Amino acid sequence: MTSTVVIDKAAPTRAIKYGSMSRDRTWALRWSYFFLTLFAIFSLVPPLYMVITSLKSSAEISAATNPWWIHHPTLENYIGLLTSNQFLTFFRNSAFVSIFVVTITMLISVPAAFALARMRFWGSATLATGVFLTYLIPDTLLFLPLFKMFALFGDFTGIQLINRWYVLLFIYPTLTVPFCTWIMIGYFASIPKELDEAAIIDGASWFQTLTRIFIPVAMPGIIAATIFAFTVSWAQFLYPLVFTTSTDQLVLPVGIVTTLIKGDVFNWGQIMTGALLGAAPPLIIYAFLMDYYIAGLTAGATKG
Amino acid sequence: MLMADVTLRKVFKRYDDVEAVRGIDLDIADHEFVVLVGPSGCGKSTTLRMIAGLEDITGGDIMIGGDVVNDVPPKDRDIAMVFQNYALYPHMTVAENMSFGLRLKHFPKAEINSRVTEAARMLDIVELVDRKPKQLSGGQRQRVAMGRAIVRNPKVFLFDEPLSNLDAKLRVQMRIEIKKVHQKVRTTTVYVTHDQVEAMTLADRVVVMNHGRIEQIGTPNELYHKPATRFVAGFIGSPAMNFMPCRLEDVAGKLHIRLTDRIAFPLPPIRAARYQSVARNEKLLLGLRPEHITEAKAHPEPGVETFDTVLDVTEPMGMETLIYFTLEGAQVCGRVNPNAGARDGGPLRLAVDLNNMHLLNEVTGVVI
Repeated sequence: MTSTVVIDKAAPTRAIKYGSMSRDRTWALRWSYFFLTLFAIFSLVPPLYMVITSLKSSAEISAATNPWWIHHPTLENYIGLLTSNQFLTFFRNSAFVSIFVVTITMLISVPAAFALARMRFWGSATLATGVFLTYLIPDTLLFLPLFKMFALFGDFTGIQLINRWYVLLFIYPTLTVPFCTWIMIGYFASIPKELDEAAIIDGASWFQTLTRIFIPVAMPGIIAATIFAFTVSWAQFLYPLVFTTSTDQLVLPVGIVTTLIKGDVFNWGQIMTGALLGAAPPLIIYAFLMDYYIAGLTAGATKG
Repeated sequence: MLMADVTLRKVFKRYDDVEAVRGIDLDIADHEFVVLVGPSGCGKSTTLRMIAGLEDITGGDIMIGGDVVNDVPPKDRDIAMVFQNYALYPHMTVAENMSFGLRLKHFPKAEINSRVTEAARMLDIVELVDRKPKQLSGGQRQRVAMGRAIVRNPKVFLFDEPLSNLDAKLRVQMRIEIKKVHQKVRTTTVYVTHDQVEAMTLADRVVVMNHGRIEQIGTPNELYHKPATRFVAGFIGSPAMNFMPCRLEDVAGKLHIRLTDRIAFPLPPIRAARYQSVARNEKLLLGLRPEHITEAKAHPEPGVETFDTVLDVTEPMGMETLIYFTLEGAQVCGRVNPNAGARDGGPLRLAVDLNNMHLLNEVTGVVI
């Protein structure tokens, strides 16, 4: 150590400092890679196991062979599901529900967020907080009263919504609208006040300010909210389990579980295949819109 | 051409329990360039925003072109505003930014194009029209913001501290640009700034505001040479006017102004006549601008009196040297020739030009 101190005096101190900085950085990077790899393995092993299992026949799955190795790869699970009308019905129901829910959610939450963030009316701040609080109520607490409400609605009007896939279009927005509104309030709040004042002076109405200025400027936030709404409605399990029972009304997550598990017989190959196929649409959407999603979630934090 | 005079009558603005603007009366003539200036929180921006219609008024009347616009929404007031942070629409090109207002009003395409081109040419941003705001420098953005106002051809331009985000050099350049634009388009302009230099250089008339009230309205020269109050006298001009405690006394039948036990000057005859009626025991302030405190010359003109002092600090500026000394506890600033021999801590014989003095009531701050 003493020898290095002597050298320090001769050598330019800046170079030494730079060296120690870069050594710190190297170590930080090594640790980052170590933990990131660990985390990646941890989260990628289950899907990998699903892929492996989905490519095996039922016989091979129940045989006492190495579960991590495929001896006789087969696509019979994929072919079986993709040719089954039932599975395609689940997929179609899920797609309809998600697309409609996303549309409904955005049509409600974007104007709502704009009003709450910008229009400064009496009680708007309280309302904004109220919107967020509704998001904090878990669906496990809500499904019974909601079920009761729809049952009563059916009794009074004769319009039976329970056990129809479209009942979910009324229910999912209770989850998606508050959160998306909250995201959009945050995003709109990060847009400088002068921008809407300039638009108003230029002659824009509130509606034109929203459509011509706020929506284009807040596109990353809107995409983030859209992805969120889609993910929630695509993956929702409890509500469809409670509200839909007939096979032709089921959405994918519930359909896979209720039709592929018969009594105590688990059709593991098809369950894994169904889950993988079900995970594909969100995966594809994330892959394309990831950057927007992250930009949308962090926007409020960095702009003032 | 439309008449576009702006009139404010007893305009009040109250936020909960804060009075931001307390009864303003102001007449702005057609084609006039008026600057509202004052320290932050004086109500100048609020006043501008009330003219724009971005803030409701609590009391009084605002008239544009003779019509009361108190309850008219901003878009129907026929005004254009330039904001401090430019407020350009980030997703639109320069041309789209400038034409947004016209497109909302469904102007014909050809008309929009010709107006945008004309404004772009005037502001020297023709080659930028297809760029997005983020590809522009601060000065260019400011030009686009002005272009957006010009193409609308409104009755009134409103500027809210438009140069505050620019660096000092660019600010001077843009100041000249704004003046040139106003000479060409002659639109009635209300301009808000906290920078008295900007106010003096741009305005036909300056409105000095303080604590939500108008202290004084006048041309730049009137405010500089005939300030009405201590606030205006101290706010306009840099370095600021000096204020020295003093009182009047009669010595051998002539009116004198006494600064210290040692220093008293006879007043020039015109000034003496003007101050004759002031009570001799009244607490007064002598207001003198730094340029009226100079090095003593061999043959002083009438009304110029000399005295000796010891300097605290000197600041050589090149074409002049600022000197600071203490008189009865008050710091006083003067401007001397660089060759006058001023040095830190050194003695200097100084001359005060009492022809340009101001006498203020110390308690009320009113210039006598």
